[in-house]
Amino acid sequence: MTATATRSAPAASSRPAGSSPAKPRRGKGSLGIDKRPGFVTYGVLLAVFLGGALPLWWSFVVGSSDSQVLTATWPPLLPGGQFWQNVGQVVTTVPFWTALGNSIIVSGVITASVVFFSTLAGYAFAKLRFRGREGLLVFVIATLAVPTQLGIIPLFMLMRQFGWTGSLGAVIVPTLVTAFGVFFMRQYLVDVIPDELIEAARVDGASMISTFWHVGVPAARPAMAILGLFTFMTAWTDYLWPLLVVPQNPTLQVALSQLQSAKYVDYSIVLAGAVLATLPLLLLFVLAGKQLVSGIMAGAVKG
Amino acid sequence: MTATITPQVTSPKPDAAPRPAPKRTFRQRLNRWDVKYSPYAYVAPFFILFGLVGLFPLGYTFVVSLNNWNLLTGPGEWVGLGNFAAELSDPFFWNSLFNTVSIFFLSAVPQLIAAVFIAAVLDQNLRAKTFWRMSVLIPYVVTPVAVTLIFSSAFSEKYGLINNILEAVNLDPVMWKTDVFPSHIAIATMVNWRWTGYNALILLAAMQAVPRDIHESAALDGAGQFRRFFSITLPSIRPTMIFVIITATIGGLQIFTEPKLFNPTVSTPGGNDRQYQTTVLYLWDLAFNRQSFGKASAVAWLLFLLIVLFGVLNFLISRRIASTEARVVKRRSAKALARSRAEAELTSGFVPGVEPQLADHPHHTEENR
Repeated sequence: MTATATRSAPAASSRPAGSSPAKPRRGKGSLGIDKRPGFVTYGVLLAVFLGGALPLWWSFVVGSSDSQVLTATWPPLLPGGQFWQNVGQVVTTVPFWTALGNSIIVSGVITASVVFFSTLAGYAFAKLRFRGREGLLVFVIATLAVPTQLGIIPLFMLMRQFGWTGSLGAVIVPTLVTAFGVFFMRQYLVDVIPDELIEAARVDGASMISTFWHVGVPAARPAMAILGLFTFMTAWTDYLWPLLVVPQNPTLQVALSQLQSAKYVDYSIVLAGAVLATLPLLLLFVLAGKQLVSGIMAGAVKG
Repeated sequence: MTATITPQVTSPKPDAAPRPAPKRTFRQRLNRWDVKYSPYAYVAPFFILFGLVGLFPLGYTFVVSLNNWNLLTGPGEWVGLGNFAAELSDPFFWNSLFNTVSIFFLSAVPQLIAAVFIAAVLDQNLRAKTFWRMSVLIPYVVTPVAVTLIFSSAFSEKYGLINNILEAVNLDPVMWKTDVFPSHIAIATMVNWRWTGYNALILLAAMQAVPRDIHESAALDGAGQFRRFFSITLPSIRPTMIFVIITATIGGLQIFTEPKLFNPTVSTPGGNDRQYQTTVLYLWDLAFNRQSFGKASAVAWLLFLLIVLFGVLNFLISRRIASTEARVVKRRSAKALARSRAEAELTSGFVPGVEPQLADHPHHTEENR
C-alpha cells in the first residue's frame, strides 16, 4: 500500500557519517570512501546556500528602500534605510497585528489538537489490541493520499450554514486531525515502547488512560515535537482556506496577500511585508532548524 | 516503576485471565470495560472529526456537482451529470488542466534532478554538515504567499530584477507574466525554490541508509565515485524517489497560491488570457466569482479522479520497482561482500567475518541528529 512507499522514505538507520571507530580499516587510503571532500563540493554547497538566501536578502534590500530601487539597471546589494518606514506603511495598509495574532491562535490550536489526537490514536494503533484494528489502520493509510482539500465547497457551505465564516473557528475546525499525524505517531510508537512496559504498568493497577499518560506520552515526546513543528508550519502557511472563510478577519498569509491587491503595486512595501511575515518562521528555523532537518530525514511528509 | 518490570510471572494478559471466578467485583468489571473499549475511545476522535471535515465534504462535493447549485441562491434543479459534461467540453477547463500539468512537469522534473544532485553532494564526509543541511532548508520556511510576492516582483516585466539583469547584459527582456511558457517557468521556479532543499533532505536520508559495505566492496573492485553513484546509490534510492514524486504530484496538481498572486494587476485570475490559470484556481474562480458551485464541484471531482489516477499509477510502478530492486541489490551486495571478504583474507590473512555484517549502520542516528 502507500505504507510501502512511506516506509522506504524514513531512513530508520542512517550510518554515522564519520568513520566508525569499531571497524578495523583495511586499505583506508585506497578506498577513499570517507575522505574529506574538496573545495568543489563546498563551492556547490555555497552556491545552493546563496540560491536559497539571496532572494530573501534581495527582498530585504527592496523592502528597506523606496520603489525607485527597482528601476536601477544593476540591482543594489545593500539595504536602504527605510525598512521601518515601510513596515509602518504595511501595518497601516493591512491589519497586520490582528493577522499575526490570528495566525498564532489558529496554528497553535491546530497544532495542539493534531498532536494530541494523533498521539492518542497512534498509541492505540501501535500498542493496544482491539477488534478491527488492522482494518481501521488500513483505512487511515488509504486516506493519507486523499486530497481532502478538494472538499472545500461543501465545507464552505457548512461554515456559512453554522454562521462561522469570519471567525477563526472556521479556519481551525477542518484541520483538527490529520491522517498523516495518526500514521506518523503509530509508526514511531510501534517500535519505541516495549510491550512489557505497558503490561507492567497494567499489572501495577494503572488504568488504560493512565498507562497512556505515564508510559505512552513520555515515550512519544520526540515524535510529538516533530509532528507539532510540521503541523504548525503547515497551518501557518495555509492560504486558500483562510482566504475563503476569513477574508475580513485575516490570518497573516491572507493579510500579506492583500498588500498587493491594488492596481498599482508598491513592491518596497509589499516586500517589507514579506520580510516581516517571514521573520517568525525564520526565528523558528534558527531555534528548531536541526529538528526540522532530522524530522524531514526521519520521513516527514509534506503537509 | 522500574521495580515492577522485574518478571513477576502473571499471565501475559493480566486482565483477560480472571479464571472461572464465580462472580466479578465491580472493579474487575470496570477494568474489563476499560481494556475492551478504551482503544475505541482513543481512535474515535480521529475518525469522527476526519469523517466530518474530511471525507463527508469530499463525498458531498459529488452531490453538489449533480445540481445546478449557486453560491447565493443555493441548490437549483437536478442536472445529473450535466455539470460534468459542460466542464468536459469547456475549453477553459482543458486550458487549466494543460497549465497545471505543464507547470507540474516544469517543477517536478528539474526539482527531482536538482534534489538528487544536492543530496549526493551532502552525502559526503562534510565539515559542518548540520550547517549545510540546514542551509538547503532556508527557502522552506518562507511561506508560499511570501515566495510568490518575492518572485512576482523579480519576474516583473518592467523593473523586475530578472529583466533588469537581462537588459543590463543586452538580452531581450522576457514577458514573464504575459506569455504562456515563460509564466509557467516563473511559477515552476517558485515551487522549485521552496521545495528542492526539502526533497534533497529526504533523498539524503535514503542515501545514508545504503549499507556502507556495498560502497566499500565496490570501491575495492575499483569503482570510482561516479560509478558508485550511478550503480549503487541511484538504484537504492529509487523507492524514495517514487515517494517524493507521489507527494509532489498530490501537491503539484493542486497548485493555487502562486498563480493566484502572481500578477495582481490583472482582473482575470490566472492572467488575461488565462495563460497560467491552474485547475484549482479555475475551480476557485468558478465557485466564488462566477458563483457556480455545481460546476466547481464537478471540476473538483474531475481533479480528484486525476490525482487518484496519478497516485495509483505511481503506486503500481513503485511497487514493481521496489520489489525487483530490493532483490537485485540484496543479491548483488551479498556477492560483492563475499568477494571482498575472500580478497581480504587472501591479501592479509585477516578474517573480517567475525564482525557483524551490519555493524556499520546501527539503528540509531544520534550522530546525525
